[in-house]
Amino acid sequence: MDVFLQQLINGLTLGSIYGLIALGYTMVFGIIGMVNFAHGDVFMVASFIAMVTFLLLTTWLGISSVVLALFIVLIVAMVLTGFLNWTIERIAYRPLRGSFRLAPLISAIGMSIFLANFVQVAQGPRNKAMPALFNEVIVLRSSETFDVAVSYKQIVIWLVTALLLLGFWFLVTRTKLGRAQRACEQDPKMAALVGVDVDRTISITFVIAAALAAVAGTLYLVYYGVVSFNDGFQPGVKAFTAAVLGGIGSLPGAVIGGLLIGLIETFWSAYFSLDYKDVAAFSILAVTMIFLPQGLLGRPDVEKV
Amino acid sequence: MSEALPDRDARPDLIRALREGALAALIAFALFLPLIGFSTVQNMRNEIVLEARWQLLFTLVAVIAGIRFLSTLLLAPWAERRAAAAALTKREVPPNGVAQVWRAMAARWFAPLALGFVIVYPPLVLGLNGFQGAAKWIDNFGIQILIYVMLGWGLNIVVGLAGLLDLGYVAFYAVGAYSYALLAQNFGLSFWLLLPVSGILAAFWGIMLGFPVLRLRGDYLAIVTLAFGEIIRLVLINWVPVTGGYAGISSIPRPTFFGIPFNASDEGFAATFGLPFTPIYRTIFLYYVILALALLTAAVTVRLRRMPIGRAWEALREDEIACRSLGINTTTTKLTAFAIGAAFGGFAGAFFAARQGFISPESFTFMESAVIVAMVVLGGMGSQIGVAIAAVLMIGGTEIMRELDVLKAVFGPDFDPTQYRMLIFGAAMVAITVWRPRGLISTRQPSAFLAERKAISGTLVREGHG
Repeated sequence: MDVFLQQLINGLTLGSIYGLIALGYTMVFGIIGMVNFAHGDVFMVASFIAMVTFLLLTTWLGISSVVLALFIVLIVAMVLTGFLNWTIERIAYRPLRGSFRLAPLISAIGMSIFLANFVQVAQGPRNKAMPALFNEVIVLRSSETFDVAVSYKQIVIWLVTALLLLGFWFLVTRTKLGRAQRACEQDPKMAALVGVDVDRTISITFVIAAALAAVAGTLYLVYYGVVSFNDGFQPGVKAFTAAVLGGIGSLPGAVIGGLLIGLIETFWSAYFSLDYKDVAAFSILAVTMIFLPQGLLGRPDVEKV
Repeated sequence: MSEALPDRDARPDLIRALREGALAALIAFALFLPLIGFSTVQNMRNEIVLEARWQLLFTLVAVIAGIRFLSTLLLAPWAERRAAAAALTKREVPPNGVAQVWRAMAARWFAPLALGFVIVYPPLVLGLNGFQGAAKWIDNFGIQILIYVMLGWGLNIVVGLAGLLDLGYVAFYAVGAYSYALLAQNFGLSFWLLLPVSGILAAFWGIMLGFPVLRLRGDYLAIVTLAFGEIIRLVLINWVPVTGGYAGISSIPRPTFFGIPFNASDEGFAATFGLPFTPIYRTIFLYYVILALALLTAAVTVRLRRMPIGRAWEALREDEIACRSLGINTTTTKLTAFAIGAAFGGFAGAFFAARQGFISPESFTFMESAVIVAMVVLGGMGSQIGVAIAAVLMIGGTEIMRELDVLKAVFGPDFDPTQYRMLIFGAAMVAITVWRPRGLISTRQPSAFLAERKAISGTLVREGHG
């Protein structure tokens, strides 16, 4: 029971991070029907930006309050990563709009290779370890052999994720921008006819997706305290799995899928085998696609002639 | 040029170019500030600290601004003028113009000439570089590129002909390589026996992985095949008693010349034919083996395209619903594409294991799959010559990056071109896709036609909906 509770706490934390990345996949897929393969690497770049900003704030500018530093880091990472994704969309995906279907995917794969190797060249191939933050833990249940504990960083991750999802939900359902975005998702041509600037909306979608990935990247860095140039691929594919599991195109589905993948991965490592945790995640992807292609909350894909 | 634009147009151009350049500088500055402007290094106490690199940052920003400025000022008006001139003269080109005759000649003679070149390539290189220098050229360029050409042609059956986007092709390559390595090591069977066995095993895997994904289409199919590829790689890593895990399998038996080994012993190849011993004979032999395998792949594809199954693949690629309405069994059509594509991947894998003598899961990462898919798409889906050209450009290009010592003279002795290999590779992939989304050879030669064979422009067909 204690082990179960502890794994539940760990799984929810990991799932929050996956959910944030998965939202980016699902939004971009919803609006232009493209698997943004480079999204995982955007997340990794965001993690690096967060680390550099954090070091800059604490060692160069001498900000001693970790909470304040983290807040500024989040903002800076969101802005810069959003800007990065905006540029990527302009260079690599916009010229291919309306072209044949595989072209954006290939372009995104190229971009993914480029980003990973750019970081490798610019920052070196070694793992980058950060000083640990928020190390205190709250012990929930204590027994002689095992303590169930929530660490402060897990609480920070839950809080930031919850606040951000709230803001994001407000943005999508209550604002003009969110309405334009949903309109483009349903029918870009019709949206354009009623005066929605489709290109601008798509750009903003990429910026929002990147901002969410930036938050995920910062939280990932806080949680694990280490990042390297090839950390984009695995979380990226798992977050995509989460998006597919929840039903691609569905925003609540992405969050639920993220939490599920996080939980499955942690429980699998705790109860079965640590070595095969990634195999478990990928098998879930394959099994979902085969038996439930529209995902948990997705709309079934109706094929018209 | 004599037809220079009037002066009043030239000034706004300059201002526009300056503005574009400044904008590019701003964007580049913001993007590069965190990752180029600062580097994270470990100090003596193993703590991570920042080091500023202002000089590098500003050089890069200036270079990007300069490129943008010049391209807006010079390149864009030039391209516009060219497009305008082309639009004017378009209709005046006679049907049998010089350019068209040239193009027809190139299309007719390119393949035979290229084939002739690859056949005489090893003796040519031997003659030019001698025994010492030639090994590198035959091995790194010849064999390496031909392996990828073969993989590209194998995947071309699945992606280019049947329109099934497979991002896990490297799994079959891995199955072939491990089949050969394990069977040759544990049972001592020969390369020539195990080559077909590896292909058959890979084909079985193709069917096994193909069966569950029959209902999936497009991107979904791509992601599930990616997942399968990753699962196979992770199993290879974790199943240590059989596969050796990360350490891989070493000292895999090398292929023999029909029973005669390539070594320095008295029964060896060199001794048997009375030649002085050098390792280059094996390299040349391997070169011709992979050339034969690649040509086999091409020949089988060409023949299959003329058979009902090949036509069913292409029909499936163009429109799956129409296919089903016409009574084509899409299940067997898709599975044969997966199986035959996988079999060629398996052959290539067995050859790879035999050539290297050592394999590990590192050789079968997702990146390999991505590179092979990129070759097929950038070459022009379904076009065999296109795929081969893309393979030569992509693999040869990245290999040649290793050799460029000239760059050391430009950027200083610390400059290591191999570091930038994959960086440039990724950027080139994006650039080529944006430049020619349908690949280098985007016209279609239909395999079934009425009365005369007409090439179809790639823009008229929708592929990859399977």
